[in-house]
Amino acid sequence: MILGVDVASMLLGGVAAGMVLFIVSVGLSVTMGLMGFVNLAHGGFAMLGGYAIAQAMKLWGLGFVAALVFGFVVTALVSAVLERLLYSRLYRASELDQVLFTIGLVFMMIASVTVLVGPENQPLKLPPFLQGQLNLGITHYRTYSVVLIVVGVVIVSGLWLGFERTRTGAQIRAAVDNRRMAESLGINIGRLFTLTFAFGSGMAALGGGLGAEFLGLDPQYALKYLVYFLIVVAVGGLGRVTGVFYAALLIGVLDFTLKKYMPQGGTAFIYALTILLLLWRPQGLFGAKTA
Amino acid sequence: MTLQAAGWFEHPAAVALARRHRLRAWEPIPWLLAVAFYFVFPKYLGFGTELLITVLFAISLDLVLGYAGIVTLGHAAFFGAGAYTVGILAKRAIWNEPMSGLVMAALVAALIGLGSGLVLLRTQGLTLLMLTLCTMALLEEAANLAHDYTGGFDGLDSLPIAPLLGTFEFNPLYPRTQYLYVLSVLFVCFIVVRTLVYSPFGQSLTGIRENTLRMHAVGAPVRRRLVLCYTLSAAIAGVAGGIWAQANAYVNLGTLGLDRAATVLIILVLGGYGRLYGAFVGAVAYMALSHFLSKFYPTAWQLGLGLLLVVIALFARNGILGIAEAAARRLRPRATP
Amino acid sequence: MTSPLLETRTLCRNFGALAAARDIDFRLEAGARHALIGPNGAGKTTFVNLLTGVVPPTSGAILLKGRDITSVAQAQRVKLGIARTFQINRLFRRLSVLENVYIAVAERVGAAPTMFRPAGTRRDVVEEAMALLETLKLTPDAGRRISELPYGRQRLVELAIALGLKPEILLLDEPAAGVPSAESHIILDAIDSLPREIGVLIIDHDMDLVFRFAERITVLVGGAVFASGTPREIGADANVRAVYLGQAARG
Repeated sequence: MILGVDVASMLLGGVAAGMVLFIVSVGLSVTMGLMGFVNLAHGGFAMLGGYAIAQAMKLWGLGFVAALVFGFVVTALVSAVLERLLYSRLYRASELDQVLFTIGLVFMMIASVTVLVGPENQPLKLPPFLQGQLNLGITHYRTYSVVLIVVGVVIVSGLWLGFERTRTGAQIRAAVDNRRMAESLGINIGRLFTLTFAFGSGMAALGGGLGAEFLGLDPQYALKYLVYFLIVVAVGGLGRVTGVFYAALLIGVLDFTLKKYMPQGGTAFIYALTILLLLWRPQGLFGAKTA
Repeated sequence: MTLQAAGWFEHPAAVALARRHRLRAWEPIPWLLAVAFYFVFPKYLGFGTELLITVLFAISLDLVLGYAGIVTLGHAAFFGAGAYTVGILAKRAIWNEPMSGLVMAALVAALIGLGSGLVLLRTQGLTLLMLTLCTMALLEEAANLAHDYTGGFDGLDSLPIAPLLGTFEFNPLYPRTQYLYVLSVLFVCFIVVRTLVYSPFGQSLTGIRENTLRMHAVGAPVRRRLVLCYTLSAAIAGVAGGIWAQANAYVNLGTLGLDRAATVLIILVLGGYGRLYGAFVGAVAYMALSHFLSKFYPTAWQLGLGLLLVVIALFARNGILGIAEAAARRLRPRATP
Repeated sequence: MTSPLLETRTLCRNFGALAAARDIDFRLEAGARHALIGPNGAGKTTFVNLLTGVVPPTSGAILLKGRDITSVAQAQRVKLGIARTFQINRLFRRLSVLENVYIAVAERVGAAPTMFRPAGTRRDVVEEAMALLETLKLTPDAGRRISELPYGRQRLVELAIALGLKPEILLLDEPAAGVPSAESHIILDAIDSLPREIGVLIIDHDMDLVFRFAERITVLVGGAVFASGTPREIGADANVRAVYLGQAARG
């Protein structure tokens, strides 16, 4: 009985962590699927957004939820500007150039934040109604974990609906599947991408703020978890929202449980698993098979 | 008909092609400078040794990146493999002769390169990039776990490396032996890489990089060539790692880290990839700047480096040598008839 | 009956819901001069991609001299004697014209894997490459980079590479497309002087070229074989004309 409870609470923690991974990574997956652009600076947007949220709460006394909205909007705007001015010049560039550009960008992000705010961890104080524990019948669960799971499910459902039911969503899906054909159908790819990029970066900011409890928030955040975001995106399949969701859950749960039971080899296991998965299905678990 | 055929080999285009591998007048310069450095800056030989090892590592990366077009962020896996081979063998008193130690380092790294290359080079693009990252991270984790052998997070220090050729000792305070040793090894490896690059094998790598589909369409066994190139590059990176361990009498997890892999990529791109000597230029430029800036103003260094990368990616993708080439082209009068 | 040089049996290829190739039965004999025509989007290039192994079929078989090569890789098929030109040039743009052809010839004669001798020094490879350039009147451009050449001349290099592979089967995807009419005779002459034993399949829209060159014509519509026969039969076929005229009427 006690074992079951332990497992359950651990699963819960893992699922919650997975939700954070999902929220941050979903934007990266869609933009990579849409434009084929390797954006290693995505973690940087999560970090910037998290800092915007923390500063809004600290300096202007915004409430948690209001700060989240603020972080989303600010990061979306900043990323849209960057996309129009800089990213768009590299869409036809080689993969190496994209890697270099985004690495350079994330270096600049980390350095700027270190100078402006400082290198220490930024604590994000959760509002009282999110702290503490929930009594769910058999035992107590951490309230925040439950909230994160609910938020994650809401977001993935909303995104799924958005992709399946709206015209923009259909356009994005079409462009991810076959960009040239989508262009010939008259879809404005440039505008679509700016929108998607901005939305994805905003989501990353949201994830950065929501996940600060679990993952911390310091300037190195941008690079520390980059490999995890990339793993989630690659394993889930580029451009597949549901794919990213399941992959994030998988990685989140795995990481959480392994840290408890196999603290030594946990990360190695995840890397090995990723290698095996990508070798078996290079397009990701849910990605479209290229010819 | 035969008369005409006899003339083809003398056609200017054919002559240009056949002469391409010939030594250019300025090529001995970097080597002369390196030898001069030994005499002119005896107090900076430690820095010089580190610089030359970095050049060797960057050359190994140039082989896969500049010539075969494989984008990897995990090349430190082979550097670290070589370093740990030397380190573990020396620390456990199994083997500490330096030159044969390098051969072993190269073999181990080549084996890992072959194994991972066979498997990873089935993929391309982001998947390949991811897999190179994961392979290196996996190796790093494995080294961390096997701390009985590898010293874990602290690494292995005070490696007892035997004197070179039985007589020249590696003195950590006066790295004169180290410097000349590394310079000689670098020279030999460079000759190997240069020959490779100008060979038909190297030519086919260029073809694969420029237009992979076309290479398939002329019957080239593309994957086999890529795997071979990857393995050779891994071997040279292993030599660089092994010699790093010997010169520093020390090995740690940093030899396998993303930091080292990213730095060598930046260095190569800064100097100019696919140009053999880009490694030299990039290493000198980067390490000179880093030596002065990163210690005193680490944040400014990171900001400046980031800005530099952005500028390179947008405007100067061929690095310093690329800029030099473009300038030279503009200055030289048009030679076409 | 001896097996044909190249044969497909009920070859199919689907891209999602799109059937780009439907149950194609096709035979190319040794020494054939065969043309493949059809309206835009009929699947002609897909067919060539299937034959050369660029794209795997969804179902069906491809046989080379009776041997099943359906799952043989692209590079292997080249070694078995199938060469092609691409509809849009696929050249090494930053290398010289000579080097482009040199690479192909070197690959064929097995000079390519050599690691410790300089490239470009094999006399036999150079001479063969230059001779090929001469037949296509490319000798004056031998030392120039591909990127410096006009598109039409690049097209000639594309053909030179395919010829340098000394194939038994040559698949030409719109070889004269983009070549200015003043120079298109060069391509036509080169095709005319191909060794008789080679089986040649040409895809093109230029009906003059097709009817001048072909001894056999297959019409592809919507991914399926619409008609097949001698040039006279195809020329007289009312259905074929309807397909083309209908296409023109739809615009």
